[in-house]
Amino acid sequence: MAMTGVELPPVRPRTSARPSTLRRLMADYGQEIVVFAAILALFVVVTMVNPRFISANNLTSIFSGNAYIAVAAIGMSMVIVTGNIDVSVGALIGVLATISGTLAVAGYPVWVAWFVPVLVGMAINGVIGILVAYGRIPSIVVTLGALSILRGGLISITGGTWISNLPPEFLIAQKRFFDIPFPLIAMVVLTLLAALWMRYFPYGRSLYALGGNPEAAVASGIPAERRVVAVFVIHGFFAGLATILFATQLQVIQSTVPSNLELTIITASVIGGVSIMGGSGTVIGSTLAAILFATIGSALIFVNVSAYWLRAVIGLLILATVLADMLRRGRA
Amino acid sequence: MTLRSLIRHETLLALLLVLALVVLSFQSDRFFTVANLLNQGRLMTETGLIAIAMTFIIATGGIDLSVGSILGLAAIMTGVFWHNLGLPLPVAALAAIAVGTLAGLGNGLIITRFRVPPLIATLATLALYRGLAEGISQARSVRGYPDWFYVLGQGEVLGVPTQLWVLLTVAVIASIVLAYTRWGRTVYAIGSNEVAARFSGLSVEKTKLLLYTASGFTSALAAVIFVSRVSTTRSDMGTGIELDAITAVVLGGASIFGGRGTVLGTVIGLCLIQALKNGLSLAGVTGDGTIMLIGAVLILAILASNLFERSGTR
Repeated sequence: MAMTGVELPPVRPRTSARPSTLRRLMADYGQEIVVFAAILALFVVVTMVNPRFISANNLTSIFSGNAYIAVAAIGMSMVIVTGNIDVSVGALIGVLATISGTLAVAGYPVWVAWFVPVLVGMAINGVIGILVAYGRIPSIVVTLGALSILRGGLISITGGTWISNLPPEFLIAQKRFFDIPFPLIAMVVLTLLAALWMRYFPYGRSLYALGGNPEAAVASGIPAERRVVAVFVIHGFFAGLATILFATQLQVIQSTVPSNLELTIITASVIGGVSIMGGSGTVIGSTLAAILFATIGSALIFVNVSAYWLRAVIGLLILATVLADMLRRGRA
Repeated sequence: MTLRSLIRHETLLALLLVLALVVLSFQSDRFFTVANLLNQGRLMTETGLIAIAMTFIIATGGIDLSVGSILGLAAIMTGVFWHNLGLPLPVAALAAIAVGTLAGLGNGLIITRFRVPPLIATLATLALYRGLAEGISQARSVRGYPDWFYVLGQGEVLGVPTQLWVLLTVAVIASIVLAYTRWGRTVYAIGSNEVAARFSGLSVEKTKLLLYTASGFTSALAAVIFVSRVSTTRSDMGTGIELDAITAVVLGGASIFGGRGTVLGTVIGLCLIQALKNGLSLAGVTGDGTIMLIGAVLILAILASNLFERSGTR
């Protein structure tokens, strides 16, 4: 048997009938706990080096600066949970931000400028979902094509110009409610709602079923094609909401595709514990991962490391998190 | 030879390529000239080298997203070894290729030893290797290479761009290895059913390790050619090239789930993309409009191929 490379897990004597709360938490939210611990550890270490790291201003920028990535990662996590992927979401957010800014400057009411892009995002992703579900094209191929179409279309129409003179009431990401930055509120509320929906509602559970074992899911009466289209539309909805946060954070919008945004969003989902094979992971993890990225970026500045090393450090940390997760699963 | 075997994906794609060439040469009389076509070959070499290694990896059901970052890292290291450490340029270029190969080996080790899915492993190293390139170079570029070095990227041998010979050699060797050797069949076996391949006694891990290492090698080779072609090294070189390479491979008929794909298909896919890019830009379409069309071609080609396959099996 040893030659085949199949290893049987060691038999562990059962000490109690019910697993302890801690062990259950580790089993359900292992990766989330790892990411949370990484954030805590960074906070402790960096604050010891430079106490200004935990000043109110810096905390605000850490927790709200990456909110749009966290919100987009909610939809991405759902897509990945069903066993699909979307590499076009960065381009989509670029397109939607341009639509949003153009509408705002053209004098439409701000709520039109905020919510028309959400609808457009849902429509575009609906088409992607239909191609994946009914055209039977793997999602990575469809979204690779969509990435080219959206990116090319955006630049050839706009030429990559800057949209300025945005009306002040449009810039909702700069506002505070009860002295809390709006992006932070949006991130927390949306993450909690999505997490509860995915854990406790039959529709949300069916996404896990679909990703975990598509044949079993279909056999138990889940309409696979319709669910895939739906999950892409929901993903488009969250990409639209992420766009509101992204487009309203500065005084200007550049009508181009933010580079590498799709990879950052996918990475947030994956580091947050969403299995790329489908069937497991939570949006709490992806939001924590988005916060972790912001924490790393800020930490580098506070310990005086050149910003050019940022990506190397993020890469190393991703690798460490992934390897830790693999080792943890190996033992579990 | 039956009709079924003729209606292969590669045949359809080749017809599409011929059609594109005909249409495009009517659009501009500067398109179908030897000089222009050879120049296009020059421009597609870097993506081509990477796409050939990617064909093998995708055929095993894997993926390598870090190729663009390895290209960037190897480009930076060429400059660092030569300019900062004062090594002779040939040694510096070889050392940079060695660094890229090691980067690929790193991917392979993470994937085979720790069983990290390739998409995640190379997503992480995409950030890591690009980050190393940025950190080491501190966004400074290196220029002023000696003239002889530009022969590789800008010169010609027997009237054909130097790097096109490199691409041709790699393509011929790769297609023979993939189609006719025991090792090539192992690649397909892994992609079709990895568990079955392992139980049949095939060296799954060793094959994968070798493939990701080879992917690092071709990316680094592409980096040296890139540097020689554009006469400078910058840390952002090769950004997004992974998507171009994957597009060529998938357009070439490889299944992203593994088990299917040929080097010939990939090369035809590459030529089609490059012909569209060039032909449309000569016809006055902007580069961005062309990118759009390539996206549409990718989706439609796979859709058409899916429809053909289903009607064929019924």
